[in-house]
Amino acid sequence: MSEVFVITSGKGGVGKTTTSANIGTGLAIAGYKTVMVDADIGLRNLDVVMGLENRIVYHLIDVIDGNCRLKQALVKDKRYSNLFLLPAAQTKDKNAVNPEQMQKLCLSLREEFDYVLIDCPAGIEQGFKNAIAGADKAIVVTTPEVSAVRDADRIIGLLEAAEIRNPMLILNRIRPDMVKKGNMMSLEDVTEILSIDILGAVPDDESIVIAANTGEPCVADQNSRAGQAFRDITRRMLGEAVPLADLTDDRGLMNKLKKIFRLGGA
Amino acid sequence: MNFFANLFPKKPGTGSVAKDRLKLVLINDRANCSPQIMEMIKNDIINVISKYMEIDEGELDIQITETQSENSDMSVPMLYANIPIKNMRKIQNRT
Repeated sequence: MSEVFVITSGKGGVGKTTTSANIGTGLAIAGYKTVMVDADIGLRNLDVVMGLENRIVYHLIDVIDGNCRLKQALVKDKRYSNLFLLPAAQTKDKNAVNPEQMQKLCLSLREEFDYVLIDCPAGIEQGFKNAIAGADKAIVVTTPEVSAVRDADRIIGLLEAAEIRNPMLILNRIRPDMVKKGNMMSLEDVTEILSIDILGAVPDDESIVIAANTGEPCVADQNSRAGQAFRDITRRMLGEAVPLADLTDDRGLMNKLKKIFRLGGA
Repeated sequence: MNFFANLFPKKPGTGSVAKDRLKLVLINDRANCSPQIMEMIKNDIINVISKYMEIDEGELDIQITETQSENSDMSVPMLYANIPIKNMRKIQNRT
């Protein structure tokens, strides 16, 4: 019973690759054999986010062109033995693959893995069509900005047209302090507008940058708030009913004092 | 706390501005109504109304916007048209 998820957004820079890396790592930690496919041909990034850039020998196009066997191209993660990466080609472009070839590739990956995660490139052209071709389910990543949510809406429409039903939303880079002041759209605002199921909300967090610097996804970092959000997302994908966490930052001094008074009084 | 809140009335945040702008943008995106189609609708409206009264074609304004549904809390798309009438003469001539 393997599942193929595509992680997509329309707009670039909202966190698709970071999300793919964290969900992939999260599922592997939970014990599932997982492969992450970088479908961003020509602009590969998932390898550096995962810290696996020095281990690449073959890539996705090599597999499709028959230059190597699928197993030869899969890069095994250095930390988790059941996590693999199929890297994108850096020197080719998106037209080097077509949707039928991607479908075939996904079928062979299904035989080997419990979860197949496809990191989709930005845009709605060939690269997007290739990335969604073999997927049964979709995760749409967006941020609380007008432009990103608008693109997410367009992507949801295109996914439906491609018969990938009920995509799930991850709202990334929320600043709870700004939402509180009314200067950022809230999770409720965005889900109301897109009318789509929510898979999770990830706070804007320094640990994401730090994790990307070192190539170690923050889902494994127990002290990271973004990591906690990704751990929750992974559990929801596995069917657990995990309530949405209150993202309000309660680590500040004032908040700590408030907490103490709330506990003591009322 | 309430005293201070009243003393410094809270300005609505830019988040709600973003939400409103987004709603309007999406209504247009989802309607999939190109400017050409809007222009065609506009011309047809002018043709129909002009049979009965004289209208100010230059000031005619049509756009797709949203309104509160009567049956639920949902917003529904609405075709808004503002058609200034110059003269009701034609109707009187007909009757």
